[in-house]
Amino acid sequence: MSTETAAAALTPSAPAPRSLTRRLLHNPLGILAIGTIGTIILLSVLAPLIAPHDPTYVDLSIAFDPPSAQHLLGADSAGRDVLSRLLYGGRFTLLGALISLSVAILVGLVSGLVAGFYGGWFDTLSDLSSSLLMAMPSMMLLLAFRVVVGPSLWITMAIFGVLISPSVFRLVRSGVRQVRGELYVDAARVSGLSDTRIIARHVLSVVRAPIIIQGAVIGGISIAIQSGLEFLGLGDQSVPTWGLMLSEGFRNLYIGPLLTVWPGLAIALTIGSLVLFGNALRDALEDRPTAPRLRADVARAERTEVRPVGEDIALSVQGLTVGYPISESSVKTVIEDVSFDLRRGQILGLVGESGSGKTQTAWSILGLLPRGAITQSGAILHQGVDLIADREAQRALLGRKLAYVPQEPMSNLDPLFTIGHQLTFPLRKHLGLTSEEARRRALALLDRVGIKNPERTMSAYPHEISGGMAQRVLIAGAVSCDPDIIVADEPTTALDVTVQAEILDLLRELQAERGLSMVLVTHNFGVVADLCDAVAVMQNGRIVEQGEAHSLLRDPQHPYTQSLLASTLDSTDPRAVADQKHGTPMEATR
Amino acid sequence: MTEKLLSVDDLVVEFPGRRRSEPFRALKGVSLDIRPGETVGLVGESGSGKTTLGRAILGLAPVASGSITFEGRSLTGLGRRERREMGQDIQAVFQDPYTSLNPAMTIEAILTEPLGVQGVSRQEARSRVRELLDAVGMPTDAGGRRPYEFSGGQRQRIAIARALALRPKLIVCDEPVSALDLSTQARVLDLFIDIQRRTGVAYLFVSHDLMVVRHISHRVAVMYHGDIVEFGDGDDVTRYPSHPYTQKLLAASPVSDPEEQRVRREARRALAEAGS
Repeated sequence: MSTETAAAALTPSAPAPRSLTRRLLHNPLGILAIGTIGTIILLSVLAPLIAPHDPTYVDLSIAFDPPSAQHLLGADSAGRDVLSRLLYGGRFTLLGALISLSVAILVGLVSGLVAGFYGGWFDTLSDLSSSLLMAMPSMMLLLAFRVVVGPSLWITMAIFGVLISPSVFRLVRSGVRQVRGELYVDAARVSGLSDTRIIARHVLSVVRAPIIIQGAVIGGISIAIQSGLEFLGLGDQSVPTWGLMLSEGFRNLYIGPLLTVWPGLAIALTIGSLVLFGNALRDALEDRPTAPRLRADVARAERTEVRPVGEDIALSVQGLTVGYPISESSVKTVIEDVSFDLRRGQILGLVGESGSGKTQTAWSILGLLPRGAITQSGAILHQGVDLIADREAQRALLGRKLAYVPQEPMSNLDPLFTIGHQLTFPLRKHLGLTSEEARRRALALLDRVGIKNPERTMSAYPHEISGGMAQRVLIAGAVSCDPDIIVADEPTTALDVTVQAEILDLLRELQAERGLSMVLVTHNFGVVADLCDAVAVMQNGRIVEQGEAHSLLRDPQHPYTQSLLASTLDSTDPRAVADQKHGTPMEATR
Repeated sequence: MTEKLLSVDDLVVEFPGRRRSEPFRALKGVSLDIRPGETVGLVGESGSGKTTLGRAILGLAPVASGSITFEGRSLTGLGRRERREMGQDIQAVFQDPYTSLNPAMTIEAILTEPLGVQGVSRQEARSRVRELLDAVGMPTDAGGRRPYEFSGGQRQRIAIARALALRPKLIVCDEPVSALDLSTQARVLDLFIDIQRRTGVAYLFVSHDLMVVRHISHRVAVMYHGDIVEFGDGDDVTRYPSHPYTQKLLAASPVSDPEEQRVRREARRALAEAGS
């Protein structure tokens, strides 16, 4: 492509994704949650400035007074101002949560980073201890610790931080293990970066967002645990907290029922908005632009005049145009006005670079275009039936008269079933064979495609065979129901070159034996030269040149075909000769 | 006898097996040498150990025995810190231009990362980034953008620029063009050659494609099942191979001329029949 360097660099290939913060603020629930948490934190921090009274000042004369102008939320059992206690209580409750959160993140993050990055004995040990911690009931442990260290709020919350740290540890460890294998981490190592710098630059950024989400959840849980302990009367009696207020209110439920409402409300609001904030952040992280839906009037396909074709044409693609919606009213066309005829018993190569539309064309023939794709116009004619107008007919053909050989043999076999099951199922379903007949036929097919021990392969699972064998199995599957037409999408690209040659031989033999017609999608002109009778060259969604393979490859007419063929290294000079021509022979090798 | 930049002697690499099973021996006593300014092509099929050899030279694969010597100093048995200090002379370009650049970093941050290790000042690093982008044929204002904004060929150019940042003497290139389109591949190969002529850097060029290796390599080594089965002049090995495996590999590589391909196909059949 001439656009590959300077010019294309000036036009970004994808729109810049919106920043995380902006996506977060786009979510009304996210704004609400952040606003609520922000307000609660602000009020708690400013408590000494805005609280109307001393939270510990006792005035028994006003005990259980209802809300009044003097005491906006009334007074508690000892005549202390409820509003002031609520504000000060927030300070201590949130501070307690902050302590467990910091401890959890510190312990979990450090151990998770080390375990995930280096593995080894530390990984085994820390994984084991985190499992152990997770299995223990934390409330019971906290009660046990309270007996030993006394009822201090701070120590209790720090211990709770340790107890809940496995949730951070697991998150960090799995995140780090994912990144550790990335090539850019290898590249950083090769550049001489120390492990600490690699972790700081490449690893930490990956686990940052999940930790914030998990942190919001941990904050919520630790407020709940803390309030729970205090509600049971096991908390620290010396500091006013929401849990303590709740406990007091509960004890005087019949005298001052409102006393439980305020701390209860504060706890519920804080925990609720923490959880909502976590959810909103997760949604923002997973936010991918959803494919726009096209308005019905724009989506309607044009009726195409179908040109009748002779008996010798197995498949005729006429004026095929396919696009994907980019907004409600506009479509980005990926293939445009593609027309070709596949003759009976012929192999047609559809050749082009990535993005040329060759695979989209193959998928259109099979009716396997991804969701969202729109066939704007065109016809695909098979035995007088337009497969685009008649989707039912297309589906009925698939797997029977129209077969498919994919690019990635391994990912097209289900790892959960034996090869035998995957081969015999379509035979029984489409051809109505008994399982014994299907088995015999599958064995014969495996033998035909050159598998040495068909019996053993039948009972093997996909992971037990090599890539080349898997492709043979898929070819056996493709021809099993006696198709007329095979669409092969880069059938040898994932294979080694010696295996590729064997698979090409097999396809050629099967084609001759069965009189198959074949559409072969490939980027490799060598494969075209080896196998194809006809060839169509695609560029940017259009066919730029098509014709008989022999003449087209030897005498290409279109400049694009010429440039592609010139890029193959078939007749390249060896390096030493190239250097001599350039005038820089390498001294060292002389 | 010319001086050697890198020499690998009888190198064995073993990966630990799962749960007490036998370790997997990926390299079974491999020897190879690279001279300054030279490209040595390393060709083989998947599982032959060619990538492992490259990674062992980069210090990314566990060496069980044998030695790797760079400019007379041994690279095996070094601690991580010592290895890092020596490492700047050997850099790498990896196969997949989509995962070899951190998607979250700008191009400038990617290119200055190795410079930061050297304690190069920010000002100097900035101008070096422009220099590097220019050297690989990228617009010099590309620094502020992120990897997803570029095509595969452009990303590979950025990866090459990163490898050049420390002015290395050897770059290990692991299938650097196999994920690229045909015309892009040709241009990136020519960039590699152009850079070599300008800077005198040596390459270990790992590829599965015999013709790619022929195009860029002065000498070619062929790997098969963890061994080097043939090592010699690039033209000889890729045109008149002496080892049966290399002959098979050459006969199996298809060419785009139908007549020539028919000849090659028949030669392959004859070879297969002679072998069986």
